[in-house]
Amino acid sequence: MPEVARDPMMPRFLRVRRAAAETRDTVTLELDDAAAAPAFAPGQFNMLYLFGAGEAAISISGPPANRATLVHTIRGVGSVTAPMMQLKRGAVLGVRGPFGSSWPLPEAAAGAYDLLLMAGGIGLAPLRPVIYEVLRRRRDFGRLIILHGARTPADLLYRNELAQWRTSPGVTVKLIVDRGAGGWSGRVGVITDLLGAVEFDPAETLAMACGPEVMMRFCCRELVRRGVAAEHIYLSLERNMKCAVGFCGHCQFSPFFICKDGPVFRADRIEPLLGIREL
Amino acid sequence: METLARLLKEHPFLAGLEQRHLEFLTGCAANVRFTAGEFLFKEGQESDASYLVRSGRVVLEIAVPGRGPAQLQTIEAGEVLGWSWLYPPYRWQFDARAVEPVRAIRLDGNCLRAKCEADHDLGYELVKRFLYQVHTRLERTRLQLLDVYRADT
Repeated sequence: MPEVARDPMMPRFLRVRRAAAETRDTVTLELDDAAAAPAFAPGQFNMLYLFGAGEAAISISGPPANRATLVHTIRGVGSVTAPMMQLKRGAVLGVRGPFGSSWPLPEAAAGAYDLLLMAGGIGLAPLRPVIYEVLRRRRDFGRLIILHGARTPADLLYRNELAQWRTSPGVTVKLIVDRGAGGWSGRVGVITDLLGAVEFDPAETLAMACGPEVMMRFCCRELVRRGVAAEHIYLSLERNMKCAVGFCGHCQFSPFFICKDGPVFRADRIEPLLGIREL
Repeated sequence: METLARLLKEHPFLAGLEQRHLEFLTGCAANVRFTAGEFLFKEGQESDASYLVRSGRVVLEIAVPGRGPAQLQTIEAGEVLGWSWLYPPYRWQFDARAVEPVRAIRLDGNCLRAKCEADHDLGYELVKRFLYQVHTRLERTRLQLLDVYRADT
């Protein structure tokens, strides 16, 4: 019933094809979507419905070019997402979406910009489709710099893929953790430290940051300090979402609805709002 | 000596320092190397130097009983390590271990203190630069303290 499938409030029902643990509190679910889900753009999200638990907004973290499989990386932290950690192959989830704005890949391709991605913790998941697209359409973009920060080495996401991406031409990957331990020989500190470890031309760079909001504020500040125009910085915000189509107001952020106007925003449009406690 | 002066001049920590001050500092400087795993210094030892890291990576650690060493921060090429020689009791607060081969310029702390007392212009310049390092390190540490990647933040 295509007319039902187009209703944004009506979930489609998809089976888990594969569930893979990423870290101790994060799982990636691949959903079979033989009916070919609506195309999504990197940065958009779906509402995932777990029967008996509820619904949560989860960014799409798979390749946009693969419409038959819908991929989400989920951190089990709440009453909906924690049970999702236990899902096995064959389990069914309700899926609404895709919703929201996307990362500025058309602009990046049009200007052949270098891309600087700053991902903190689970924030790498919404940026992974960007990486897939840039690697798939390598000639359309300049250099790709991936900076990823996590709490500990065990919390770094997509470690195998990070190692693969690192070997791709024109791709730089730098990692950092808040707390090192054991045999970790990488960097220890905060993600903004990594900006000093990579060379980039601020005028030719589009930056995209995703992670805890405090982290993104620091990233934004540091990028601007290093000469990147706020109009060239994009952030992905997160708020409690319910309807996902701008009706209910749960995710209101001053004049914006995160679900409809976001989650990806250009920094100059929201940066003044980020420090306001009441928001 | 000429090479050492050049290395000092090239290090970002001393960028833009007047030539006369660079020449003055050269007398306090030594070119040093550490192999991977070697300690530059250990907690509690007398703090007698700053290290201008030229290449490699140093990790600041503290031993936590029952848990082994906790890694707090890494210092990379272009950064400066150590300012405990500035204030009594002149003791290192942490262990510093080379994670990979490290090349650095060692600035002798006693020598630096004497030079700064003898030339307050140089002293002011150096204190400003160290203060900036402390400022940025404090900002980093505060961000780490926020533990922003924790599940409930």
